[in-house]
Amino acid sequence: MDIIEAIRAFLAAQPPALLWGLGGVLALLSVAAVISAILPLVRPGQDYRELRDRIASWWVMIALLAGALLAGWQATVALFVLISFIALREFLSLAPTRREDRLVILAAYLAIPASYAFIVLDLYPIFLVIVPVYAFLLTPFLMAAFGQTKGYLARVTTFHWGLMTCVYNIGYVAFLMRVPSSEPLPAGAAGLVLLLLVATEFNDVAQYVWGKTLGRHKIVPTVSPNKTWEGFLGGWASTALLIWLIGPLLSPLQGIGLAIVAVTLPIAGFAGDVTMSAIKRDLGVKDTSHLIPGHGGLLDRIDSLTFTAPLFFHLLAFFAVEHF
Amino acid sequence: MTWLRTLLIMAIARPLAKLMTGADVTGREHLPVTGPAIVAANHNSHVDTLLLLSIFPARTVSKVRPAAAADYFLKDPVIGWFSRNIIGIVPVARRAAGTGEDVLAPAREALARGEIVVVFPEGTRGDASDEMARLKNGVARLAEAFPQAPVIPVWIQGAGRVLPKGEVVPVPMTCAVLVGTPIHWGGGRTAFMEGLRTAMLALKAEAPPLRWS
Repeated sequence: MDIIEAIRAFLAAQPPALLWGLGGVLALLSVAAVISAILPLVRPGQDYRELRDRIASWWVMIALLAGALLAGWQATVALFVLISFIALREFLSLAPTRREDRLVILAAYLAIPASYAFIVLDLYPIFLVIVPVYAFLLTPFLMAAFGQTKGYLARVTTFHWGLMTCVYNIGYVAFLMRVPSSEPLPAGAAGLVLLLLVATEFNDVAQYVWGKTLGRHKIVPTVSPNKTWEGFLGGWASTALLIWLIGPLLSPLQGIGLAIVAVTLPIAGFAGDVTMSAIKRDLGVKDTSHLIPGHGGLLDRIDSLTFTAPLFFHLLAFFAVEHF
Repeated sequence: MTWLRTLLIMAIARPLAKLMTGADVTGREHLPVTGPAIVAANHNSHVDTLLLLSIFPARTVSKVRPAAAADYFLKDPVIGWFSRNIIGIVPVARRAAGTGEDVLAPAREALARGEIVVVFPEGTRGDASDEMARLKNGVARLAEAFPQAPVIPVWIQGAGRVLPKGEVVPVPMTCAVLVGTPIHWGGGRTAFMEGLRTAMLALKAEAPPLRWS
């Protein structure tokens, strides 16, 4: 009974809007799970295994995120350190590398603790420059110091791309948790993360669903042959509407700031998806790994987030948050 | 000692392999659940053994015995103890090959006990250049002695990047482990070895591209 009391007290201490938000996500997922259970009965003969895998993986991902968000900023930072690490490992493993690059690869992983340390210390001005300026400079120097000049620029760029997307940009998600409670946050700092993640993932799913049902005209045929104008526009409108509706409940955004987030975030999500697709096409792979059943690799799941996270953070900092 | 080995594999080797390499397994359903069975994989790194130990479920892993070179793993008493009791190797006396001594006797005994023997038919670690070396036919002799034992071909992609031969610092890189459908002894070493080679190369063809030079 003590445990139940403790859980009740813990939940009572959380902002109600955050709990409603998480509850809403679970409700949506439950609906999807019910549909995936009914579909084979209504329309038999098709293979629904991937859909089932996808939804099963969503349960796991949402459980991890919800647990981290409820546990606080430390747990959320730890989770995103792991996410950055796995994403960078997937990226550097797909990119062309050489045996001589092994120490540079090892050094690239050190950018993760270096960057996240300034999230832990809540030192935003240093976080802003540690990867984009100093890791940017150190990487080519290290390669030069190891005496490597063959294919130099292309190899340096590989590391830069991995560090910026997987470490720096993803770090913004965790940094949202450091907005202090002195700010007018309707659902706590965790509400900001929840809004960003729900909007980004909803955009992915909405584009997919609109594209599947109405898609006719290909939008970037040479990069992603399955993406259509109908999917992009439908996803854009649906996600903008979603952000306009739930944004004020989970964040201090309102008015023009909220409108700009609602309009731009779905475009950034689409851009992230297409950009990572171009990279995967260049490397000749469809998925970055098989880590998440039904989804592919971690990098496949967070490709849109690498674009939406910094945009959301900067707009939030400009329009609604004093701390940054 | 078995419980200690299982505990260490489950609590240390498996999370370590997952973190360092992703241990990206496809075809897990082809892994044997009981012995006698033979798992034949390509070999580029000590990480291969770590990966193969960590992809089996807890109830099976106590039966999994990697065949390993006695001249390399048993020369030092501490490493020897660790290799025998924790890694659980069955020693292969490579140096004694051709002298008339039965170098595969420990592997045969393990199969007779109903264990799952992991062999690297290339005989030694390659240079991660993605090429498969000529396969030695010891695996065919084991399959001949235990015709009821399935031989499961495995292709491990990328382990040579994590820890190549001659390096001591491991670097995290994603590894793919592709497990193929079991093949069986059909009588005839040459035909068996050709079948195994074809199966391993087919798995290699399915692996993600390895851009490593």
